[in-house]
Amino acid sequence: MRIGVLALQGAFAEHISKLKQINVEAFEIRQLKDLSGHFDGLILPGGESTAMRKLLGDLSLYEPLKEIIQNGLPVFGTCAGMILLAKEIEGEEPCFGTLDITVKRNAYGRQLGSFRCVDEFAGKEIEMPFIRAPYAERVGEGVNVLSRIKGKIVAVQQDNQLATAFHPELTNDTSVYEYFIKMVENRR
Amino acid sequence: MEDRYQLNKELAQMLKGGVIMDVTTPEQAVIAQEAGACAVMALERIPADIRAAGGVSRMSDPAMIRSIQEAVTIPVMAKCRIGHFVEAQILEAIEIDYIDESEVLSPADDVYHVDKRQFKVPFVCGARDLGEALRRIAEGASMIRTKGEPGTGDIVQAVRHMRMMNSQIRHAVSLSEDELYEEAKKLQVPYDLLKQVHDSGRLPVVNFAAGGVATPADAALMMQLGAEGVFVGSGIFKSGDPVKRASAIVQAVTNYTDAKLIAELSSGLGEAMVGINEQEIKLIMEERGK
Repeated sequence: MRIGVLALQGAFAEHISKLKQINVEAFEIRQLKDLSGHFDGLILPGGESTAMRKLLGDLSLYEPLKEIIQNGLPVFGTCAGMILLAKEIEGEEPCFGTLDITVKRNAYGRQLGSFRCVDEFAGKEIEMPFIRAPYAERVGEGVNVLSRIKGKIVAVQQDNQLATAFHPELTNDTSVYEYFIKMVENRR
Repeated sequence: MEDRYQLNKELAQMLKGGVIMDVTTPEQAVIAQEAGACAVMALERIPADIRAAGGVSRMSDPAMIRSIQEAVTIPVMAKCRIGHFVEAQILEAIEIDYIDESEVLSPADDVYHVDKRQFKVPFVCGARDLGEALRRIAEGASMIRTKGEPGTGDIVQAVRHMRMMNSQIRHAVSLSEDELYEEAKKLQVPYDLLKQVHDSGRLPVVNFAAGGVATPADAALMMQLGAEGVFVGSGIFKSGDPVKRASAIVQAVTNYTDAKLIAELSSGLGEAMVGINEQEIKLIMEERGK
């Protein structure tokens, strides 16, 4: 199994080291030629979604990645990655627009609003760091809500797409990765 | 408090592989965001103009910083003078995302830096070597950048600082545990932080390059030397075509080892900022705050 991690900007190295921790091969996607080999899943990391979006266009990665996601490749977006996947972004045009949710960017405010908590993800208690995080204000039919914090939706799955507003790559827990790897295995 | 410090270090992790641009107006901030900046530094005058103007340089007008906060969704940073904890309190009060306790401004205290542990918002500080970096981290900085020599368009100092830091880190890694006590004494740093460097082979926080970056090649050079991202101050809005240059520097930071791509990115960028050599300047900002 090989997982591609979008490595244009942000905390991609952290995802790669988590995948290594559960013995999954990972590689960086920085430009078009990195998509040439076979891979079984894709991670869109945390960082600044506006920066990543600009680079996706400049480096001609937007169209091929969108097609790959639409064709059913399992994809996991954290924070900025959730924003990239969302069908609607409050006050902005969507990026990939493949995941039927509406996200609110910087929903908890600026850095002073960042926080950590322990709560349920798909029925299991895990640590969740939120850093200038978004949340989902609306989810469409067929979108499964996996976590809610104080009533706000912060983790969802729709078919091949998984998204969290928090950063499992910054904790010692591997539950969210195991969940994603199961999605990948089920598709193979 | 420990939690807050962790979250602040983690925000810096989210900025990695990105370019933080100096902007003086909301319009410039929007240009920077559209060009792919991962954060902006709001200031009234860019370092090259601070250098040209002379006199005392202070924290920017909070109203001006606010107008930039309203213009963009990416994190907004702002500078306070070294040791000026009230300027830092003001920046915290307007909910800035990161404070740069910066040698670019005139120091307010020639002995003490701000006790950054007293703040909830994160701080980034400049450093020329491992000693300065670990002292700033001990004071509560959650991100480090090279000092370079701001506003010159000359990369030599940033290269010197990054190489020095890397060489000192490699040295710390090579030491046996009992030798670390003496090394901590020499570097004038807390033993615990040096031990972390010894064990991990890196600084305990994210480390960016800053000071003198003017071209995509400069940015890629700093990345290849081990920077985790780049600050560009005067280099963008002092150049002939800021939009094109900003976007080229952003791409060069992502693909910093692809010389073919950087060759393309460097083509037809128009005029770079006019540089000044270190022998030609009177004011050496890197000497501020050790």
